[in-house]
Amino acid sequence: MTHLAYLVAGWGIALVVLGVYGFGLLRRGRRLTGQVPAGQRRWLTSPGDDGRGG
Amino acid sequence: MTGRRDTTGSAGSRLLGVSALVGVAVLLLFAFVLTDPDVRVHPTTGEEFGQFDAVRLLYLHVPMAVLTYAAYILCAAASVGYLVRRTPWWDVTAYAAAEVGTVFCGLVLVTGSIWGRPVWNTWWEWGDVRLMTTLVLFLLFLGYLALRRTTVDPRHQARRAAVVALVAVLDIPLVNRSVEWWENRTLHQQSTLAELKIQDLTLFTLMLGFVVFGLVGAWLLLHRFRVGWLEQAAAEHGVAMAIAERHAELDMPDVDAAVGDAGDGP
Amino acid sequence: MREVFADALLIAAKDLRIEARSRVLVNQVAPFALLVLVLFGFALDADQRTLRTFAPGLLWVAVLLASLLAVQRSTSLEHADGAHTGLRLSGMAPSSVFLGKAAAVFVQLAVLEVLLVVGIVVLYGSTVEDPLLLVVSGLAAGVSVAATGTLYGALASGLGVRETLLPILLLPVLAPVLIGATRAFDDALGAAAVDGWAWLGLLVVFGLVATVLGALAHGALIED
Repeated sequence: MTHLAYLVAGWGIALVVLGVYGFGLLRRGRRLTGQVPAGQRRWLTSPGDDGRGG
Repeated sequence: MTGRRDTTGSAGSRLLGVSALVGVAVLLLFAFVLTDPDVRVHPTTGEEFGQFDAVRLLYLHVPMAVLTYAAYILCAAASVGYLVRRTPWWDVTAYAAAEVGTVFCGLVLVTGSIWGRPVWNTWWEWGDVRLMTTLVLFLLFLGYLALRRTTVDPRHQARRAAVVALVAVLDIPLVNRSVEWWENRTLHQQSTLAELKIQDLTLFTLMLGFVVFGLVGAWLLLHRFRVGWLEQAAAEHGVAMAIAERHAELDMPDVDAAVGDAGDGP
Repeated sequence: MREVFADALLIAAKDLRIEARSRVLVNQVAPFALLVLVLFGFALDADQRTLRTFAPGLLWVAVLLASLLAVQRSTSLEHADGAHTGLRLSGMAPSSVFLGKAAAVFVQLAVLEVLLVVGIVVLYGSTVEDPLLLVVSGLAAGVSVAATGTLYGALASGLGVRETLLPILLLPVLAPVLIGATRAFDDALGAAAVDGWAWLGLLVVFGLVATVLGALAHGALIED
């Protein structure tokens, strides 16, 4: 395949960056849910819900 | 809210995530195996020219560009929503959209540059309208994110960020216009979407790319939103805990009576 | 409406009076701008003919960099000794405050531009072929930079990181102004065959939008 190095670089960088970012989000989420007691995790409620201090 | 909730995942987001992963796999199959390289034959000299296999990068680059614009438009809309409604939901959405959008924007610039090297014979081209506009867009939102990361009263920060996002979005047409007038040459125009023999399969793969990266973007946005929401909740919880601790330290019935029992959270 | 402008004039006069006394523009910002021109001379290691081609762009980069200092200075005036609280309590409309401060920054930028034009004439051998275009586009660009800068100065204020945050917020937004002003000056200085008056249109639009937007947004930012 021609230009193989470019293809690998392009696709590779994109998928790796997106993957790392995604994992980073999951990790942040895990850490934060640990900090917030169950009663206050309001992201499961419907949009437009007024959070505290809104 | 039932069950173990120690992650930001939910049944919906897991389904979305799995679909996205499967989609990426299918897209890779189409992009690398099922589609042909862009090869054309010169009418007089008979030699082959075209993008050859570099075209396979477009199935990545173009969908991500569309997603970038979608994310930034969402950020602008959410910023307006925040300025009008002033609820945290709009603010968290704006921040999430900006961050996800900036990740995609950076990748668009990088993949575009990588694609441009074999096809246009250059890593970069000053004066190409779309390139310049995308670059400035990227810089504008880097500034937005930098502002977001300063620690300050969340309400003030939300308002400032909303203004920055709006000004950034309003600036873009002006940037576009000025670069267009400036050089009037744009390699993007000799582009490829018009030149490509868009056979059914190429077009289909491109469309598939839009769908797949749409799923990826949606998954990222959903989780980033949840993370943002939890960040705010954690901050508020932290404040509430600190207040409760102070009260516990004081342990004065008069104070409790005067202030009310703050022990069970805000 | 008249009150808005009258108050703006008061604010502008106050800022300029402070400048007259402290001479920050004269002693620090202007030398910095000239220094940028000199640095370009060293860095580009070119003869005057080449520098003349680039002179408009170099001038406007110098203006933009110097404007960062001018805006920082303008914003910090309000935060010294809690002056901004006094301003808020005075009952003046936030848009007056914006217009006044932007006007003061504009005046300072205009002075800088004049200085830099003299600078490129002397250092780079530029010649002014269309003085009218030069002046008008200089004014329009000055308004654009001053208005946008004042808005972003307010956006970045009170955060403790203003010095490092302001450039990355402000400069990308000013990209069209840099392009437009450079092209207009290219024409006015005879450095390139370009229709400078067309670019002036872009600068005027930018300046108007920036001023209106700034006046509106400043209110939203100051109110609590």
